[in-house]
Amino acid sequence: MKFTLKIWRQENAKAQGRFETYQLDNISADCSFLEMLDILNEKLVNDNISLPVDTITFDHDCREGICGMCSLYINGRPHGPEQGTTVCQLHMRRFNDGDTITIEPWRAKAFPVIKDLMVDRNAFDKIIQAGGFVSVSTGGVPDANAIPVRKEDADLAMDAAACIGCGACVAACKNASAMLFVSAKVSQFALLPQGKIEAKERVQAMVAKMDELGFGNCTNTYACEAECPKNISVENIARMNREFFFSKLTLAKRESNGGGVG
Amino acid sequence: MTQLNSKIPQGPLAEKWTSYKTHQKLVNPANKRKLDIIVVGTGLAGAAAAASFGEMGFNVKVLCISDSPRRAHSIAAQGGINAAKNYPNDGDSVYRLFYDTIKGGDYRAREANVYRLAEVANSIIDQCVAQGVPFAREYSGYLDNRSFGGAQVSRTFYARGQTGQQLLLGAYSALSKEIGRGHVELFHRREMLDVVIIDGRARGVIARNLVTGELERYAAHAVVLATGGYGNVYFLSTNAMNSNGSAAWRAHRKGAMFANPAFVQIHPTCIPVHGDYQSKLTLMSESLRNDGRIWVPKKKEDAEKIRKGQLKPTQLGEEDRDYYLERRYPAFGNLVPRDVASRAAKERCDAGFGVGTTGLAVYLDFADAIKRLGKHVIEARYGNLFQMYEKIVDDNPYEMPMMIYPAVHYTMGGLWVDYELQTTIPGLFAAGEANFSDHGANRLGASALMQGLADGYFVLPYTIQNYLGDQISVARFKTTAPEFDEAEKNIRGQIDRLMGINGKRSVDSFHRQLGHIMWDMVGMGRNAEGLKKAVTAIQELRKEFWKDVKVTGKKDNVNNELEKALRLMDFLELGELMARDALHREESCGGHFREEHQTQDGEAKRNDDDFKYVGVWEYKGENQEPTMHVEPLNYEFIEVKTRNYKE
Repeated sequence: MKFTLKIWRQENAKAQGRFETYQLDNISADCSFLEMLDILNEKLVNDNISLPVDTITFDHDCREGICGMCSLYINGRPHGPEQGTTVCQLHMRRFNDGDTITIEPWRAKAFPVIKDLMVDRNAFDKIIQAGGFVSVSTGGVPDANAIPVRKEDADLAMDAAACIGCGACVAACKNASAMLFVSAKVSQFALLPQGKIEAKERVQAMVAKMDELGFGNCTNTYACEAECPKNISVENIARMNREFFFSKLTLAKRESNGGGVG
Repeated sequence: MTQLNSKIPQGPLAEKWTSYKTHQKLVNPANKRKLDIIVVGTGLAGAAAAASFGEMGFNVKVLCISDSPRRAHSIAAQGGINAAKNYPNDGDSVYRLFYDTIKGGDYRAREANVYRLAEVANSIIDQCVAQGVPFAREYSGYLDNRSFGGAQVSRTFYARGQTGQQLLLGAYSALSKEIGRGHVELFHRREMLDVVIIDGRARGVIARNLVTGELERYAAHAVVLATGGYGNVYFLSTNAMNSNGSAAWRAHRKGAMFANPAFVQIHPTCIPVHGDYQSKLTLMSESLRNDGRIWVPKKKEDAEKIRKGQLKPTQLGEEDRDYYLERRYPAFGNLVPRDVASRAAKERCDAGFGVGTTGLAVYLDFADAIKRLGKHVIEARYGNLFQMYEKIVDDNPYEMPMMIYPAVHYTMGGLWVDYELQTTIPGLFAAGEANFSDHGANRLGASALMQGLADGYFVLPYTIQNYLGDQISVARFKTTAPEFDEAEKNIRGQIDRLMGINGKRSVDSFHRQLGHIMWDMVGMGRNAEGLKKAVTAIQELRKEFWKDVKVTGKKDNVNNELEKALRLMDFLELGELMARDALHREESCGGHFREEHQTQDGEAKRNDDDFKYVGVWEYKGENQEPTMHVEPLNYEFIEVKTRNYKE
């Protein structure tokens, strides 16, 4: 197969970016999208054998759709044209021979570009650090079966926990909102007895951190759900909103003692 | 010569760990605040250890190669985690989990370590449930279990096909909690390039900031390496692209000995290789062997027709199929351990019965299970795996049997550690896949997650205190010490040298070539002739690399080519050591199959008289022959037998 690639190149966070055009030929339909970029990079090295050249930087790691590292905005869609798929699981057979493909990084205020197609998603870690956990220390916990969980609740919690933290929801949203990501974590714990104890503090702390980091608001376009490679449902956003308002009304003041959520 | 002291506690097997904990040194809370620990790596072992150290009150610095700890390759583990809870009431016990693991490892692991692993496994499940890990449950609300290879009980806990993800996110959330509380400091997009040794003890590391290219210095009272395995030496493996052996290898060059480097696990159920451009191989979870049946055509003509696309597997009747695992190993059938299943697949394909366009594939067939249980049950159990298969292969596994072939998956070998998980460099610890400690010559399914979390949550938090107990009066280290200067200068030199070669070949072209050498000669079947050839071929390739590699980009910016070149220069040395270790071990055991040492029916032939030991290698300098030391394995509590999965 043959492709024309328009790829965003940007030397570093401060530099001005631009699109560069590249031609690729003889690409197998079974080749994955990232393997296609590998081929392009190797070609850049080989073709410019005596010129100073820099390969195209993009984040990637497991290449089996679970680490959440890959983050390409392809032809105007996070992770490209295939529903429920990360870029690393996207194959060239999903494109037509001769296609022009535009590749950009995630674009959001909270995800600044580091270089080319690589962005900084550290903001997601900071949201989790604000409360995306159960405050249990290692050791001193009861037997696993002493905490029974309704199968339906466990399954729903698992649906939410399947989030890979890639940031496609933010990239898809016109407001660059992180609501789907945050609500998935809030929901996982709100649905489980282990997480209920700190549920009120958790949702408040995580939402506050999300706002502080410059993510936008949710205006219910559901673009996040449509583009999520793990099909995380917007029902989680509804659940988080419920948790948020309920906790706002009922939250007792807690003295900050260095422990607990927030 | 360095004496290897495994520091196994005295006393009966079941009491060793308790006895150790009772007598070890502790550090009181006020002193913990004065002590610094560096943890390199944020997979299950690293994240769990760092979180636990933080909770205990130590000052912890964590280096993470990715943009977030949640990306670590532990996340890709699919099937599950073992523990001897015996919830299904099917006869499991700590002893049985220990026994299965030792036997699964083909009697090449240390008894005391494996027993401790089995002993703390139950606590891991308790811990993860308390963290909110959404394990699969029954309608009763209690935890569900399934079976894995090498066991006759159901002891594997799982979270759909994403158990590694959920356990890692559990450890990541515990780590995040400690970062939020200020006990742990996280440095992301950092790659460790050297251990700094002061007065014979590990006191820090040098890391490259992968965004700015700066070399950074970190000092501490102790250093923990939880940097994973070295499977990517084969270029193609199920490991993530960033997984590499450099942290362990660079520690080895500084004096940490390397144990059993030849012990590599080749996983039987992976999606077969499909082209030269391929960058990695994808695993299909071992749990699929619970319900899938493995077969090839009984007749060579049929196999040939299938390869040419003239016949579909579904057109072959039962009488024309060879369910070779069920035939050869009636007692364990499709659930034999990984090394056995991989070799059996290779044997059938080498004999001309393989399928797929290349002839290097066998079938994993769910037709019977779908008939017996219904499609919805199979979908609930393995839905995401089937979906992944379909995306990659473009074939529907509900209708057509899956095609699978073995691929490099895990490295049992690693840095030699004693019972305390301390390497031969005092103050340098190794945990998880980075050490060699628990899996012998073959790891059982669902045991890697168990070991990573055991090391991180329940072993290191104790044993590191025994080391730090007499370090409380040692003041914080400054990174201005000459040892830091020296280490940094060396790395700067390596980087300048790599970038100055300006040769004609890409980094990947060398890596691919190394991968071919390793797979062909240090892969599933090994022999003396091939291994000798491999040693020479790798030495030559290494020379070629240093003459002709082209590393593009800048050193003070993000530079993937430089990152890959730095890792490859280490793989080019490690690969040779693997071949040497494989060559010296004149026996077949676990994943190490020497073609000269097999029984008449093709089973591995172990040599306990001469090789019942851990091969421990000492680095002697660049292009020098390494020296091998021996840690004898004494089995006091179990009888060493020939592994038998037939009856």
